[in-house]
Amino acid sequence: MLNLLLSRLATAIPSVLGVIVVTFLLTRLLPGDPAAYFAGLAATPQAVAEIRAKLGLDKSLPEQFLVYVQDLLSGNLGTSLTTGQPVTADILTRLPASAELTLLALFLAAAIAIPLGVLAAVKQGSWIDHLCRIVTTAGVSLPVFFTGLLFAYVFYYLLQIAPAPTGRLDAFLTPPPHRTGFYLIDSLLVRNTEAFWGALAQLALPAASMAIFSLAPLARMTRGSMLSVLGGDFIRTARASGLAPRTVIFTYAFRNAVLPVITVLGMVFSFLLGANVLVETVFAWPGIGLYAVNALLTSDYAPVQGFVLTMAVLYITLNLAIDLLYGLVDPRVRLDA
Amino acid sequence: MSALLRHARYVLSGNPVTALAFGLFGLLLFAAIFGSAIAPYDPLATEAARALKPPSAAHWFGTDQLGRDIFSRVLVATRLDLTIAFASVILAFLLGALSGVAAGYFGGWTERIVGRIADTIMAFPLFVLAMGIVAALGNNVTNIVIATAIINYPLYVRVARAEANIRRDAGFVEAARLSGNGEARVLLGHILPNIMPIMMVQMSLTMGYAILNAAGLSFIGLGVKPPHPEWGIMVAEGANFIQSGEWWIALFPGATLMLAVFCFNLLGDGLRDIVDPRQRT
Amino acid sequence: MKRRHFLKSSTALTAAAGVTAPAIFSPLKAQSRQETLLVVAENTPNMMDIHGVGANRPAYEVSWNTHDRLMTYGVKKDSTGQDHYDYSKLEPELATDWNVTPTSATFKLRRDAKFHDGTPITAKDVKWSFDRAVTVGGFPTFQMRAGSLEKPEQFVVVDDHTFRVDFVRADKLSMPDLAVPVPVIMNSELAKKNATTADPWAMEWTKNNLAAGGAYKIERWQPGQEIVYVRNDDWKNGPMPKIRRVILRIIPSAGNRRALLERGDADISFDLPAKDFSDLKGSPKLNIVGTPVENAMQYIGMNVKQKPFDNVKVRQAIAYAVPYQQIQDAVMFGRAIPLYGGASNKAKGTNWPQVHGYKTDLARAKALLAEAGYPNGFETTLSFDLGLGAINEPLTLLLQQSLAQIGIKAEINKVPGANWRGELLKKSMPMITNTFGGWLNYAEYFFFWCYHGQNAVFNTMSYQNPAMDALIDKARFASGADYDAAVKGFVDMAFDEVPRIPIFQPLLNVAMQKNVTGYRYWFHRQLDYRQLAKT
Repeated sequence: MLNLLLSRLATAIPSVLGVIVVTFLLTRLLPGDPAAYFAGLAATPQAVAEIRAKLGLDKSLPEQFLVYVQDLLSGNLGTSLTTGQPVTADILTRLPASAELTLLALFLAAAIAIPLGVLAAVKQGSWIDHLCRIVTTAGVSLPVFFTGLLFAYVFYYLLQIAPAPTGRLDAFLTPPPHRTGFYLIDSLLVRNTEAFWGALAQLALPAASMAIFSLAPLARMTRGSMLSVLGGDFIRTARASGLAPRTVIFTYAFRNAVLPVITVLGMVFSFLLGANVLVETVFAWPGIGLYAVNALLTSDYAPVQGFVLTMAVLYITLNLAIDLLYGLVDPRVRLDA
Repeated sequence: MSALLRHARYVLSGNPVTALAFGLFGLLLFAAIFGSAIAPYDPLATEAARALKPPSAAHWFGTDQLGRDIFSRVLVATRLDLTIAFASVILAFLLGALSGVAAGYFGGWTERIVGRIADTIMAFPLFVLAMGIVAALGNNVTNIVIATAIINYPLYVRVARAEANIRRDAGFVEAARLSGNGEARVLLGHILPNIMPIMMVQMSLTMGYAILNAAGLSFIGLGVKPPHPEWGIMVAEGANFIQSGEWWIALFPGATLMLAVFCFNLLGDGLRDIVDPRQRT
Repeated sequence: MKRRHFLKSSTALTAAAGVTAPAIFSPLKAQSRQETLLVVAENTPNMMDIHGVGANRPAYEVSWNTHDRLMTYGVKKDSTGQDHYDYSKLEPELATDWNVTPTSATFKLRRDAKFHDGTPITAKDVKWSFDRAVTVGGFPTFQMRAGSLEKPEQFVVVDDHTFRVDFVRADKLSMPDLAVPVPVIMNSELAKKNATTADPWAMEWTKNNLAAGGAYKIERWQPGQEIVYVRNDDWKNGPMPKIRRVILRIIPSAGNRRALLERGDADISFDLPAKDFSDLKGSPKLNIVGTPVENAMQYIGMNVKQKPFDNVKVRQAIAYAVPYQQIQDAVMFGRAIPLYGGASNKAKGTNWPQVHGYKTDLARAKALLAEAGYPNGFETTLSFDLGLGAINEPLTLLLQQSLAQIGIKAEINKVPGANWRGELLKKSMPMITNTFGGWLNYAEYFFFWCYHGQNAVFNTMSYQNPAMDALIDKARFASGADYDAAVKGFVDMAFDEVPRIPIFQPLLNVAMQKNVTGYRYWFHRQLDYRQLAKT
């Protein structure tokens, strides 16, 4: 197990290095001059030049890169112009909001797509199968920002059954004390049901918009994987030995079909991390996606850099975790490694 | 070839959804080619007097804040959106298929380098990477195409590498090699054509994603420059008017966008059924 | 029985407050709702300190409501009966009384005033704060200098409760400048405790911490998301504010801000598009107030150092090609004061901004272009600040269309907000649309920054004309008929030479629930929570 972990880590390191270099280059290419911004109103060119030197922006690119890597090692991602806070602090306070949203969306999607996929596989060729295909394909065709807008309009503005899209919690509720940063969990920990329902109500629409988008890959992979397993000899044997169809499908077939689904789950998570950016913009969700978009649009490059890096590291870690999980679920993988 | 056609007809007749997708594709293509010719209004012409009019006989999809006809804009935008998607998909295919095939065929260092590049790209959440690229290089059509191509690149590499790897020692490759063809020739003249059908499926599947990606970039303000009509920008512009009741500004471009992506996704599935019946799921 | 009754009444309460459906109600919430003001805004303050490097406009609002100044401005009714700050009346804040001589002003400070931490406010805090403002450089120093407040020696502690400002020259702006948002009074002991040798003025610490004694304290601060203020119940420097808590929520989407107001969830907001203010004007639930922003305008600027805009005929041609009325209707939805279509280009008084004589006349524009030697037009770039895209984008699109009709091909260049100032500094953009407003309501103040040959960053056209400079300089120190003649002289010149084309004077619009009262227009265009109340 440890060997597997180490070897997987070793393959992740070049990716992390690549990410650091690419992120650095991208943000240096961003238009904009933080020096001119800091110099303020009525600044003279000399004043701008002084601030540029102070920020180290007059150095050559390789020198700047060294400084950047040094800062990175000490956990310093620079300061945001828009919020005036250190980027590391900003990201840490905002990450739970994004993570809670993304995970809930993933959970929602899996809860709908996996049973749907199983059903479609079991009833292959039936109307359920066709419906599954159309619904999931339509879902993945919906631009997530458009779904979000539509939901907000219909459920908040027209039907008035959703709360105002103002962030994680109604303005008149006090957020639960910080434990995990996930409002759903934190509010339950202190048995504050009011905050729990409030947070859930706020999460519902953005999570649903994201979940719809990720139904298709999950449902398809479940269906495909189930089909190939259902065709296997051991299923025929199980059926022949008179086991109930339910037991055959869930205990035997599904367990064996779940591996590829886990892989797709990882891919979908990456997708959702990207889609997050758009959904957060629509729902004023105070996560890191919204933070990054705002920073990008104002050429505030420290947050952009911090965001991309965080996302990439998060994603690499996640893939690592999936690989390991794979090893746990399927002993054959461990032998291969 | 005729066998393939027959098979296609068979699949289509058995699968009305794919037939529908083909129809939709024809419609999109028609709009892309003749859109500006048949648009009832100049998509750029502003006219404050007819601003924010709901859909009517004169303006099927209504008008926007500046009095521009939304139907004409949606129609004319088809070309730009499809061009961005096509161009990026072709670019991704050229880069991805060539390097992927080479990686799969030669193995060794080639495979390691190509694999590393693809892995690094895959380490980013893809939309975020595209955002970064467009923001850094400047927002114009070329850079949107480049960004979309880059984020699709790993998908092509993966497929091409796997397929080339399988065929590396196949009989027809062996035969080609034995008859005195150089490596490059074997690669380009024999292996690449052989995996083309699979790549075609990949292309039509990523088309939808490319359109979504370009529209998403436009939506957050990193897209095509005004005043050119583009679906994502139109949705973004319309978003500000939804709460005040002018729903049509965002709805029609958004629905068209959805339809186009839906069409390519169905088409991709359909093509896969035709090209590779074994993988039919 | 009791319980049922209680449940019933609490539902009725929340329904009356217009709180949305599935939120979970409690009587506590409904009650706090009544004493709480929910402000929704687009942009987040980036610090609490107005002296901070790069402090943005929302940060001014934080500073204004949490700090005291020596004096504040009085109040008057404007022509529509709305409360409007009164530039001509200075009123006590920390200072209870003052005595002005030609060389100095002596202030008596309130004896029982305390900072938030309970430390008494004394003259040494005032001196420390003013010393800081004139020393740290950047915006605060620049603003102090506008009132000839230039060096620490000018600020004298007479005793604990007496403070004197010595003037370096007679300047009519010295006293008014002491009541603008910059000269805030900070808790010097607290700040010094958090200063370092590298940062003697504790600039880093005050970014996220208050050393203040104003009417509101900050209870919670989540950068980019929300700020919760609570009233400082020990405040002595003015009438006790009615609102106990103020929540400022950052809602990036304009549509959501509107919906929140319409549904009664939010109480007040400045940040809506012109169209929404225009739509909501007739709403039975909301009160919409639009006050002309003093000394401000939206304009088209042309870089006179570049071809073809060095040619006055080209500039006039463009002034005849701007689709003024379309902008007024389709971009501003009527919520702006037109600055075009006057009888002539002659000044009509000393007020500023005022109407010029240009109107949309494409034939005339085309003729002027031909005279200038560009019968077939030319190509150029039209830039704007994306941070103000809601107005700038449709405006430039309309202008682009109109220019195309006289043969000018203008490419639109959106500049991200943080870059805009840098781009302005470079002075290389050929054509821009922009907005500018001065805190101090004098024509010569505007012209000094925007048309004077010193070529400040706001002279976005790089316009330099010695004759105009002479008139501007004269107006700054003249009075009476001389002053009038000078102002009229430079206004005429500005219209004739037209390096910048005024389009409209913006309104400061605010939308609030009908039960919100006491709104007052301030020259700094931020919300003053202290006068507001909910009935």
